Amino acid sequence: MIRFDSVSKRYPGGRDALQGVSFHLHPGAMAFLTGHSGAGKSTLLKLVALLERPSHGQLFLDGENLSRTPKRRIPHLRRKIGMIFQNYRLLFDRTVFDNVALPLVIAGYRHQDISRRVRAALDKVGLLDKERALPITLSGGEQQRVGIARAVVNKPPLLLADEPTGNLDPDLSRDIMHLFEQFNQVGVSVLIASHDLDLISQLPYAQLRLHQGRLVKDRDHAA
Amino acid sequence: MKLPHFLHNWLTRHAQVALSSLGRLYRSPSASLMTITVIAIALALPTGLYLLTANLQRLSTQWDGSTSLSLFLQRSVTVQQARALQRKLAQMPEIDALRLITPEQALAEFRQLSGFGEALDVLDENPLPAVITVKPDQAHADADAAAALLEKLRKLPEVDLAQLDLQWVRRFSAMVDIVRRSIGVIAALLGLAVLLIIGNTIRLEIQGRREEIEVTRLIGGTDGFIRRPFLYSGLWYGLLGAVLAALLVEIAFLQLYNPVRELAALYQSHFSLETLSFTDTLALLFTGAVLGLLGAWLAVGRHLSDIEPT
Repeated sequence: MIRFDSVSKRYPGGRDALQGVSFHLHPGAMAFLTGHSGAGKSTLLKLVALLERPSHGQLFLDGENLSRTPKRRIPHLRRKIGMIFQNYRLLFDRTVFDNVALPLVIAGYRHQDISRRVRAALDKVGLLDKERALPITLSGGEQQRVGIARAVVNKPPLLLADEPTGNLDPDLSRDIMHLFEQFNQVGVSVLIASHDLDLISQLPYAQLRLHQGRLVKDRDHAA
Repeated sequence: MKLPHFLHNWLTRHAQVALSSLGRLYRSPSASLMTITVIAIALALPTGLYLLTANLQRLSTQWDGSTSLSLFLQRSVTVQQARALQRKLAQMPEIDALRLITPEQALAEFRQLSGFGEALDVLDENPLPAVITVKPDQAHADADAAAALLEKLRKLPEVDLAQLDLQWVRRFSAMVDIVRRSIGVIAALLGLAVLLIIGNTIRLEIQGRREEIEVTRLIGGTDGFIRRPFLYSGLWYGLLGAVLAALLVEIAFLQLYNPVRELAALYQSHFSLETLSFTDTLALLFTGAVLGLLGAWLAVGRHLSDIEPT
């Protein structure tokens, strides 16, 4: 699903965020990306989502070489990725329903299909009764579940999560991780950046550990 | 006829975006109304001036057809001599019609129309000369032939002063033309102002929706998708501004309609103001819409690419 081939990323100013990173996340696999802040986790996710381009090396998403992707193809590639953020990035001027519907609206789904799929996604994260609510009225855990519903609503083959439980207490974090496991069980590839080592160590998934821009531990390489 | 599926989808999507952009304007009514009013004033000004000169030009062409020469006769010429001259002139092939206005008739007419009748009473004698108005035939109605005829008639011993009545119409027409051209400049400048107003409004809207644009980019929104609501906003601003401009012009001309008619009646004319025609209105709305779209396009092109998600 994701393949990195000795990828390096140097930001303008000379800071090396990633150096010679190689790994392969197989389709249908789930893995954690760990490391201290500044180790390069966010940079790695940004490269996958085409928010940044690599300085050296090649990376592939679903078999497509991202180093050569023309700019106008980027939106279509991003639709293959469900992205989840630490601060949820919901739009506060519209309802939960409209937030979750956004990827479908972008992709040009028909009105009836949008309603059906949004309700299915909200049902999966347990928020079907909140579809008319505004995000501001929801708790942090609920907001993150809206974020997850938005990420999965158009059934992307890959979920990328950047510190999804960073703002949540341990119980809620466990619930969120459990949700990711459920999506993984139906065949979605999942890559989660997290420094919540206590939680991760209880779960049987591969860990990619970054230290100062290098991959230092790649437990169970091709999970 | 059933539309092809993709076309139907495309139309539905555009209709949705157009409506939601309109809804956005509606949700901040005072700000929207202010912008629209400024646009309307900027559009109404050149439109009103254009209409005014169009009316003036119409007035001058109404006069244009009535080329005539006035021959003011010497004071010493008696009425009998004047009638003789009239008969002589009637023989000339260039002349279509003649009218003799005797000093008495001229005085009566002046009394009736000028309102200075009482002032005339203090005069001992009638100061007005006899006048023969000459209407050239069709072949001699154009400027050059009429001027040649004028030269010929001026040489008659009975004639004190010969005057081509068309001349002041010409001058008036030339002045209207100059005003008209300067309106073109004013219209261009105000059009530019509309462009900038809309561009700036859209720029502020883009800044206000920064988070939305970033999130949309993150989840795969194309540039076209992101651009569309702003372009429709610009279109609505321009179009609604033009509608209001048309209304302002109509109201202003309605105020002028009766006074102008009364004034025209004083000059024994049936002239009345013409306001915006159907085509004029369509052209105004079209101009507004295009300026709106263009202004939005400029703003979107400049500012949307600055917003990249991080």
